[in-house]
Amino acid sequence: MFAIVGLILGIALGIYLEPTLPVGLQPYLPIAIVAALDALFGGFRAYLERVFDDKVFVVSFTSNVLIAALIVWVGDQIGVGAQLSTAVVVVLGIRIFTNAAAIRRALFHA
Amino acid sequence: MPEYEPKHGATEESSVEPVETESVEPDEAEGLDKLDQPVESKRDKLDQPDGSDPRPPVDWRELVRDFVKPGRAQVVFAAILLILGLGVAMQVRSQAQQTDYSTMRRADLVQLLDDLNSESRRLEAEIAQLEETKRQLQSGADSERVAREEAQRRLDVLAILGGTAPAQGSGIRVVIDDPNHKVTPELLLNTIEELRDAGAEVIAINQTVRVVASTWFASGRGGIVVDDQTITAPISIDVIGEPHALTEALRFSGGLVSEVQNSRVGGTVSIVSDPKVTIEAVVSPPIGKFAKPA
Repeated sequence: MFAIVGLILGIALGIYLEPTLPVGLQPYLPIAIVAALDALFGGFRAYLERVFDDKVFVVSFTSNVLIAALIVWVGDQIGVGAQLSTAVVVVLGIRIFTNAAAIRRALFHA
Repeated sequence: MPEYEPKHGATEESSVEPVETESVEPDEAEGLDKLDQPVESKRDKLDQPDGSDPRPPVDWRELVRDFVKPGRAQVVFAAILLILGLGVAMQVRSQAQQTDYSTMRRADLVQLLDDLNSESRRLEAEIAQLEETKRQLQSGADSERVAREEAQRRLDVLAILGGTAPAQGSGIRVVIDDPNHKVTPELLLNTIEELRDAGAEVIAINQTVRVVASTWFASGRGGIVVDDQTITAPISIDVIGEPHALTEALRFSGGLVSEVQNSRVGGTVSIVSDPKVTIEAVVSPPIGKFAKPA
């Protein structure tokens, strides 16, 4: 319940308060979002497998987001930012799908 | 998470105990982080030894129960989801608000600029080409208009020359009074030739016969016949041309006036200069059966 409330609240805040990110950070927001999605799926899977821990979850979420952004930032600095961001998205996408498959197996036994 | 922790401790955790917390291990079967906490698991296991086999995953009933009665885990989830929702909303808004150029990288922008520049050059060349075509078409239209006007002018000239159109202009009116009917076709023809020699442009006899290239003169029973029409006295000749020259062409010694007024013919000739001689007589152009434009 809190989860849904939190999601809706976050979207509402984003829409009505119209926060703006510094221009320098804007290219990394999509990557950060994908990393956050990955962490969310991983956390939900851990919960279903009864191995969830909130501290680990928060740390993993934060570090995933930061590392993803950092990789892309480094890539931008050395001139392969587009390729590295693609690589990050691909890797995170694979992880999301794997986690989703585990969640599906746990919930639907299929 | 009130339900979570007792269950967590209620079962053995021996099967899955990755020491790593959330880092990806390539040798793991799933290749992803488990987000578990082995220390806590061990502690729970020690506290409440309940079962020996691995716990089954959370089923739907538990999920719904956890969802309705939120624990700490869900609070954390909510916080993360809030941040995620915020980020997604910001991203979506900025994507919808800005053009897609702001998020593009410099190399892409340079490429885009190059593309636009070359496209612009191509379009400018096309514009120049089309302008040239337009100019050509306009000059073509102009020259066509000029040609049409020239053709019309020539048509007018030829219509006067050929006698197919009425004409007017300065000229003279000649009336030959010939009571004795002694004027011959030869005299009339000579007069016409003299008038032509003096620059006569349009000649009509008795306002009915337009003198053209094919006009012929002959003697008939009722007098002179010109182009199948009998010329009755008095013979009037309307001429368009320079009046003085035309008058002189008739008055010279041996010309019309002297021929008519001598004692052999015994007639009189009156010559009136008229700044506006109108000639309505026309000929219908014969349709050539044999001659074709070469």
